[in-house]
Amino acid sequence: MTTKKRHSLPLIVGCTLVGFIAVMALVSIFWTPYSIQDMTGGRLGPLSSHHWLGTDKLGRDLLSRVMIGARIAIAVGFGSVLIGAILGVVLGLIAGFAQRWVDESFSAMFDILIAFPTLLLAMLIVAARGASLASAIIAIGIGMSAIVARLTRLLVKRVLAKDFITASRASGTSWARIIFIHILPNIWTTLIVTFALQFGFAGLTEASLSYLGLGAPPPNASWGSLLQEAQATVLTSPVAAIAPGVLLVCLVIGMNLVADGLRDVADPTLRRSR
Amino acid sequence: MKRSPMIKYIIRRLMVLLISLYVASTSLFVLLRLLPGDPANALLSVGATPEQVAAARHTVGSDLPLFEQYFHWLRNLSSFHFGTSLIGNVPVGPEINSRLSVTVPLTLISFFVTITIAVPLGFIAAYKSKTWYGTILNSISQLGIAIPVFWVGVILILIFALRFMIFPAGGFPPTGWSDPGQAVRALVLPVCTITLVMSASLTRYVRSATLDVLNSDYLRTSRSLGSSFMEAMWRHGIRNAASPVVSILGMELATTFIGAVVVESVFALPGLGSLLVQAIGQRDYPIIQGILFVSTMAVLVIGFLVDLAQRFIDPRMSKSLAGRNA
Repeated sequence: MTTKKRHSLPLIVGCTLVGFIAVMALVSIFWTPYSIQDMTGGRLGPLSSHHWLGTDKLGRDLLSRVMIGARIAIAVGFGSVLIGAILGVVLGLIAGFAQRWVDESFSAMFDILIAFPTLLLAMLIVAARGASLASAIIAIGIGMSAIVARLTRLLVKRVLAKDFITASRASGTSWARIIFIHILPNIWTTLIVTFALQFGFAGLTEASLSYLGLGAPPPNASWGSLLQEAQATVLTSPVAAIAPGVLLVCLVIGMNLVADGLRDVADPTLRRSR
Repeated sequence: MKRSPMIKYIIRRLMVLLISLYVASTSLFVLLRLLPGDPANALLSVGATPEQVAAARHTVGSDLPLFEQYFHWLRNLSSFHFGTSLIGNVPVGPEINSRLSVTVPLTLISFFVTITIAVPLGFIAAYKSKTWYGTILNSISQLGIAIPVFWVGVILILIFALRFMIFPAGGFPPTGWSDPGQAVRALVLPVCTITLVMSASLTRYVRSATLDVLNSDYLRTSRSLGSSFMEAMWRHGIRNAASPVVSILGMELATTFIGAVVVESVFALPGLGSLLVQAIGQRDYPIIQGILFVSTMAVLVIGFLVDLAQRFIDPRMSKSLAGRNA
């Protein structure tokens, strides 16, 4: 890595946006302004010093609900990236080491799964398992794993062609050891960028599912279900519909910027060819 | 170019399509049969007698051995018989058909409007990437990929349906397309919603594909040999830029078709998606199976067409099974 010439602006802005949401999520675990069962706020109350974002149609404090939504969005991000990363890296490693038809059929499988819309996959899994946060996370994770696997395969092939692998093999290192000391250290920076990007999109997909009523069931509603509930009363209390959407956009944009920033830091040669 | 490799490729790709269709329908069957709970439960109320349970299982067909159920399923699929809905007791096939008359126009109109907007915008964003409006176009398209489609829908409803009352907030004329004016009016906001979101991502792809071409050696060489920019672009650029864009277009079309589910829910349109959401809620398996099969088929066929189109655009395409380069 070359000496740091400048602080990466995207990284700073991205971290701020994501950090804001992460803090909100963390705080919501221990404390929310009002309990989620507390319906004493008056129905569809306006913004006030007691209820910063107003109240919903049952009199619940919206800020509290939005904070819990942040927790769900972050949980979905972590959960699905974890599944996508483990599944994707393992499959990608296998395909990367494989030759000829094994490699070809793995690649074809990745291509088909990538072309397959995540939302359809998610609805399939929800149809099978029932609507829950876990179903959403599993579905998004599986959809993501294909993207990770295709990238991992490409990176593994690239590293395997290097001379130091041949040298390492010649000196008697086992393949298992080569994976851990040569391959993974050489590819993880690129993978992390993808994970960051996918983290944001996972939140977006979960929100779509929840909007359809196929995500986390109430009362721990995600931003998608908040939006869905707010739609009926959008004329009287537009904030209820606008706030979750803005936060969702912040999360996705934030993770995009973080990914951009990480890419710049990790691999300066790739900078801004897009 | 000789004809035969192309025909060989088409046949090979067609085989892949058929195999994937078969694999998809089988996995659908396995997935939905391995569920906890009998599909017959949807017909029964709490406290049903064993006789009622047996009768319900017989109606649904879940009393047959698994293998027999599987062959029934395959045979019915091949003739587009999806059985009857457990809840409404109507045949699934015609029901899906009637829903498609909303979803397909919605998808296709949005898709073509998006192309007409995003392709020129993406080109401008690349060609003028060093000017201020190139930068602005780029930032807006970056923003666009982060915006949830249903949120755009709700905001559009708030502005154009509730505040200014120009378009209906949702619904579709019950008479369907027999009143084209009303039907089109009902589709304006949904189409705008999809188009806004999809244009953003398409603009990005067109921009990056065009940038690649603009920075390429062959374009520079062609210019240095005396051709004008338009000439060089026409002879060398478009074909090269088209290949990645076509593959993205295919993915976008598939995503729009599936993503229409969300937009249909926002605008309460009686399309395929809203039927699916409702069926999942009611555990109405014949409908779920039918819709998932039709959607999967659409995705696979779109993939097939995209691969063929790419092959025509760029005959150098690798010989790999899926027809894409690694």
